[in-house]
Amino acid sequence: MTNPSGADLHWPEGGMAGIAMHELSLLESVREILENHALSQNFNKVTQVTLEIGKLSSVEPDALRFGFDVVMKDSLAENAELIISDIAGLGVCRQCGLQIEMETSHDPCPHCASPFVKIIQGAEMRIKDLIVI
Amino acid sequence: MCGICGCSQPGKINKLQPVNGRVHQHDHDHGHHHHDAERLIKVEQDLLSKNNAYAEQNRTYFQQQHIFTLNLVSSPGAGKTTLLVETIKVLKDRFPIAVIEGDQQTEHDADRIRATGVPALQINTGRACHLDAHGIGHAIHELGVQANSLLAIENVGNLVCPSSFDLGEAHKVVVLSVTEGDDKPLKYPDMFHAADLMIINKTDLLPYVDFDVERCINFARQVNPDIQIIQLSSTKGDNFSAWTDWLAGHVKLEA
Repeated sequence: MTNPSGADLHWPEGGMAGIAMHELSLLESVREILENHALSQNFNKVTQVTLEIGKLSSVEPDALRFGFDVVMKDSLAENAELIISDIAGLGVCRQCGLQIEMETSHDPCPHCASPFVKIIQGAEMRIKDLIVI
Repeated sequence: MCGICGCSQPGKINKLQPVNGRVHQHDHDHGHHHHDAERLIKVEQDLLSKNNAYAEQNRTYFQQQHIFTLNLVSSPGAGKTTLLVETIKVLKDRFPIAVIEGDQQTEHDADRIRATGVPALQINTGRACHLDAHGIGHAIHELGVQANSLLAIENVGNLVCPSSFDLGEAHKVVVLSVTEGDDKPLKYPDMFHAADLMIINKTDLLPYVDFDVERCINFARQVNPDIQIIQLSSTKGDNFSAWTDWLAGHVKLEA
């Protein structure tokens, strides 16, 4: 069985020089979401895509930028501008209840040093909006 | 405020990165010269929403059919396939077991599993670096996974990408062998954060390597205080029953 979900992939042969990364799959999702919106909201060109990427998500914004033009080639978002806005990491300490800013998904509580911190913001990776024609 | 990206002052544009050398410019004091027909469409949709929807479908199916499903992740070479082969030998007479194997290429791992007498399906991901929930949904039906059983999904050897892709499993199990660095939980925190169980494999080799088990466990608990840990050797059988008992207990509970 070969890549049962592969029908969705548009990665060009040799275009990414064999690079495989989950950011490319996420960009495939971006492309698919905007193709669906093009049908439901009646547009045929996207000139700007704004993504919101949480600091605690496992997504590397530079890798998204790197792959964006390649994945969007020959789509309705070819040559579209990519804007990436960061979402800060926030957590609540499960021990003392303090709300804290987080740089990584495993920061301990700076108040009581507990490692049990629940992430409440920053794991997001979503399309915020589009500019379309 | 700019109606395009929502930023409130011109200075903030410095945070935006150039895309192909172009920057979305705000240093002009006039309005944008976008074509009249241009319009803003709010989307607010998660990039993983499609995968997560398939994962929920899989999870519902697993719960209805009482299929205890594990997603095994590790670096290449940590011993996932050998762990599964030895696990199947111990447990295959107690309940049905099926395996989905993910690799970029070859049927080698599925062949090794089939040699034990249990059904296995190989998914070749090609360029992709992880399995996704859509592919797993097809695989469980093609494989004809039985009810009241154990389903082991061996993900592509990769400690980065599979952490983001929920397959509908009950637990992610991360396998780390003592021939690797004991600081891998800190180097790849997302995966150790996402896993419920860490298996430290190849413990029979501890006398010959510099791997510090306590250090490794401390690092793993630092990124995931709730993580369970089992140390074992698949090839020599040391402490292997801790793992098979854990599995058997879950399959019984789920079934």
